[in-house]
Amino acid sequence: MTISELIVLPFADYAFMKRALAACLIVSIGGAPLGFFMNLRHMALLGDAMSHAILPGVTLAFLFFGLSVLPMTVAALATGLLVALAAFTLTRITTLKEDSSFTLIYLVCLAFGVVMISRSGTNIDLIHILFGNILALGDGSLLLAAGVACFSVVAVCLFYRGFVIECLDTDFMRASGGGRNVHGMIFFVLVVLNLVASFQVLGTLMSLGLMVLPAIAARFWTCRVDTGILVSLAIAALSSVSGLLISYHAGLPAGPSVVLVVGAFCIASIVIGRHGSVRSYLLRS
Amino acid sequence: MRDRRSFDILGGDAVSHAAITLQDVSVRYGRVDAVQDVSATFIEGSLTAVAGPNGAGKSTLLKAMAGVLKPTSGQIIVDPCFVGRVAYLPQASSLRRDMPISVLEAVCTGYWPQFGERLGIGGICVNRAREALDAVGLSGFEGRALAALSGGQFQRLLFARLILQDAKILLLDEPFTAIDGDTTAKLISIILEWHKQGRTIVCVLHDLLLIRKYFPESFVLAGKCMGRGHTHTMFEQKLLSYDLDMAELQTGYEPQQVLHTHDHL
Repeated sequence: MTISELIVLPFADYAFMKRALAACLIVSIGGAPLGFFMNLRHMALLGDAMSHAILPGVTLAFLFFGLSVLPMTVAALATGLLVALAAFTLTRITTLKEDSSFTLIYLVCLAFGVVMISRSGTNIDLIHILFGNILALGDGSLLLAAGVACFSVVAVCLFYRGFVIECLDTDFMRASGGGRNVHGMIFFVLVVLNLVASFQVLGTLMSLGLMVLPAIAARFWTCRVDTGILVSLAIAALSSVSGLLISYHAGLPAGPSVVLVVGAFCIASIVIGRHGSVRSYLLRS
Repeated sequence: MRDRRSFDILGGDAVSHAAITLQDVSVRYGRVDAVQDVSATFIEGSLTAVAGPNGAGKSTLLKAMAGVLKPTSGQIIVDPCFVGRVAYLPQASSLRRDMPISVLEAVCTGYWPQFGERLGIGGICVNRAREALDAVGLSGFEGRALAALSGGQFQRLLFARLILQDAKILLLDEPFTAIDGDTTAKLISIILEWHKQGRTIVCVLHDLLLIRKYFPESFVLAGKCMGRGHTHTMFEQKLLSYDLDMAELQTGYEPQQVLHTHDHL
């Protein structure tokens, strides 16, 4: 088996592999920069909760409009805003802490979404929604993901400085913005949009796989925000290619293979990375 | 100049220029009505200490003045000349020390209110940032990571950022808490420098020695306004006192008794 057979042919010969690769790369380009900011803001888990919490909205849109892009996006945004609002309000006016209120809401939402799907659809739908549909993505989903990615890249470039400062010091941003945190809101909308795009590729259970995990690995290789974003992009892209190839050659499910490869990058980075890794811990002591 | 201004807070000098005016301001913090019906005028160029027991609503009031919290009733009026020129230093800064950026970059965020996303933070600005770091005694720390700073160095960094913000109104919430004497002296000298430049400063603090020594005006808060005016008057009236029983402060004084200024408001 030549190298070209191993690496190039699967993508050259099969349209579904091409589409899967395109989808993964698109999701990486849109999501990885945001994922890096999410890590900096300590909202990796919160984003994960969010990705499950939007399920009922997405399902509702799916049941009424089928797999069409606009209703799903609008529904996801609306559910996301509603969930965030509910969680933050609960945190503010009751003794519930943020993690508890988010966990409560996302678990209930996830369960509710699953019940809704299984009452009205077939089992295939449920599997697709939970684990994604990477090998059979329609044009609509691909275009949605591409649109979201373009939008995110442009937004991150335009608001880069604001995003960094907002990560660094939320209160400072709020005080300078006359009490409003515009960048926080823009960031939130971008995250939800990318969740919707990623949701169809990797499913609700792993939609953060190409957003947050590459950033976790990247953090061990650089002490800067800009290079960190580039490194996470590179890791996401590399994982997409190698994950899909592994799944093709070994006959494994595609989405989880990609996530597993990112996971492997994370573990390797944690062990041998340049900053704050196990290696630097051992070298110091 | 400074004396005339100091006098203004007490009396109805028509020329005096209010930088921030509070009109019957109430603010809720969480589920507590932390500040109730506070009215006050902070004259342009004044240097005011806000004192009062823990839980008196000092931080909440400052947050509201900074625009971070919305008052539940009443109005906070910032003079139109100073809108957008207000800087706020919270008691516990939300600045994340695990961010992968350098001390110099963190200080440069002080340019945000002025520049926003616009380009043009060039060499002159970076030089000014270095000067600011120098002024707070952090020269040589430019390239350090934020996580490597001690508590006092961190507070110095926040002051360097305030210098770059070039704000006309500065709201400082307990800037000297858990700070050693050297750092406190340094930061006080910066505050006095700002005062000399005619900036309006409102500073929450507990240390009565510092208040007496450096702050011409004070404002005593315990949910409501307990009194305000010249600092030495506040000491004479035992509103500020080294052996003050704070419980007495909360109940023993009727605000009308001590608010000479209430009439002209």
